[in-house]
Amino acid sequence: MSSTDAVLYDHPGPKAKARNLVLTIVFGIGVAALLYWVYSRFDEKGQWAGNLWEPFTRASTWSDYILPGLLETLKAAAVAMVLSLVFGIVFAVGRLSDHWWVRVPAGVVVEFFRAVPLLLLMFFIFFGVPFLTEQPMSIFWAVVLGLTLYNGSVLAEAFRAGVHSVPKGQSEAAYAIGMRKGQVMSNILIPQAARAMLPVIVSQLVVLVKDTALGYIISYGETIQLGVNNLSANFGNVVQAAIVAAIIYIIINSALTAFAGWLSRRTRRKGRAPRASGADLEQRTIEPGLGGGGGTL
Amino acid sequence: MDVFSDPANRDVYITGFLWILKLTLAGGVGALVLGVLLAAMRVSPVPVLRGFGTAWVNIFRNTPLTLIIFFCYFGLFSTLGLSLADDIDLNNFWLGVVGLSVYTAAFVCEAIRSGINTVPPGQAEAARAIGMSFRQTLTIIVLPQAGRAVIAPLGSILIALCKNSTIVGTIGLMESSNAMKDLINANGDAVIPIFLVFAGTFAVVLIPTGYAFGWLANRLAVKR
Repeated sequence: MSSTDAVLYDHPGPKAKARNLVLTIVFGIGVAALLYWVYSRFDEKGQWAGNLWEPFTRASTWSDYILPGLLETLKAAAVAMVLSLVFGIVFAVGRLSDHWWVRVPAGVVVEFFRAVPLLLLMFFIFFGVPFLTEQPMSIFWAVVLGLTLYNGSVLAEAFRAGVHSVPKGQSEAAYAIGMRKGQVMSNILIPQAARAMLPVIVSQLVVLVKDTALGYIISYGETIQLGVNNLSANFGNVVQAAIVAAIIYIIINSALTAFAGWLSRRTRRKGRAPRASGADLEQRTIEPGLGGGGGTL
Repeated sequence: MDVFSDPANRDVYITGFLWILKLTLAGGVGALVLGVLLAAMRVSPVPVLRGFGTAWVNIFRNTPLTLIIFFCYFGLFSTLGLSLADDIDLNNFWLGVVGLSVYTAAFVCEAIRSGINTVPPGQAEAARAIGMSFRQTLTIIVLPQAGRAVIAPLGSILIALCKNSTIVGTIGLMESSNAMKDLINANGDAVIPIFLVFAGTFAVVLIPTGYAFGWLANRLAVKR
């Protein structure tokens, strides 16, 4: 509940209370009607039949399809996260370089990979690169490399924003005691930037977890591929499997979002986080990105 | 660049990007309308409306778009028999628009809500003091100011939407990612030019769009 939210309307008087009640009932009935319509539509098509839902109560369904898929999702997400952090730091430092021949190419790479759809990138790596190397491309690496290039570029911008948010006095003091540029960057600026941007970094992980789902399109055996496609091929329950998969994603990502929120509150409370550029940064720290393409940070 | 001197290949390229353009426009309009409605719900005095908005945002923001598009096709269309057009391409297009809209609306809603938070509370208090209702306060006083504050985030969302529309290719629409895949498979000797043309088109259009929104946001910002 924000400050403005709370003052948009008065404490309800008798008239407003009556109106709110009417609205509640009308909208409640509307939602109930919608849910009933969905329910009856499902019913009509026999989607509530026990045999479509029953597989999810069997241990073998989980151990054969859903959990292996989830494991692959998390594996790709974990490897891509580590690689994109490295990519992000390297290119953020590159873009902040004093030498134009480092700064310009780093900028071009970051801007390019942020602008290209991730799916296009994965298709190129998976279908195109084998023509160049004359060796088959591993699906896992196609997914991970695509995720790394895209999320790494987004993280590079996050780190750069973080470095800019460190008060100028910090680097001036560091130069004053005789540190070189590299030392200032690695000992003073990057640690503080990483800390200021920690919630953004975690939010980007939500994007990354969601984006592993793109691996399904090039048939990487992740949650949708195994848990929805293969599972429903055996039991004929696409809708049910998709609902279960969606719930799994929602749980994982809500947990990560909550973690990001906790981190941002925690860093704020300590009062040591560098003063970043106000509301702008704050908004980024709370909202996880869009995924599949993400926003421009 | 020999690949694109063949008119058939040029057609594939143009068709792909036309679909992307249509998806972006239709999805953007849908997401904007839905998103503003959801944002209004989330700040309204009625708890049921607030709960509905919150549930929408949490469900759709945390589900991969791939899964939502998948569900639109296999759930809404194949299983439940919801058909949106007779033509197969057009049907897939509208299913894609539905998926993109419900997903993106969650982000539009959050952007507008954070925009509402940038409006000083005094504005809403003053509006209430002169006797404006919730609807008047929101539509006359708060939303216009919030709208100018959210131009930059809405720009990012539009750019992401454009990139996300490639995912509609999952359900068989010949948008540019599928077009690129086909061209690569048919012309193995020219994968780099093909990739550079497709990726370059996105980059050439979207990078300036991002800067344009940044410039616009600065220009239209409510100076406080």
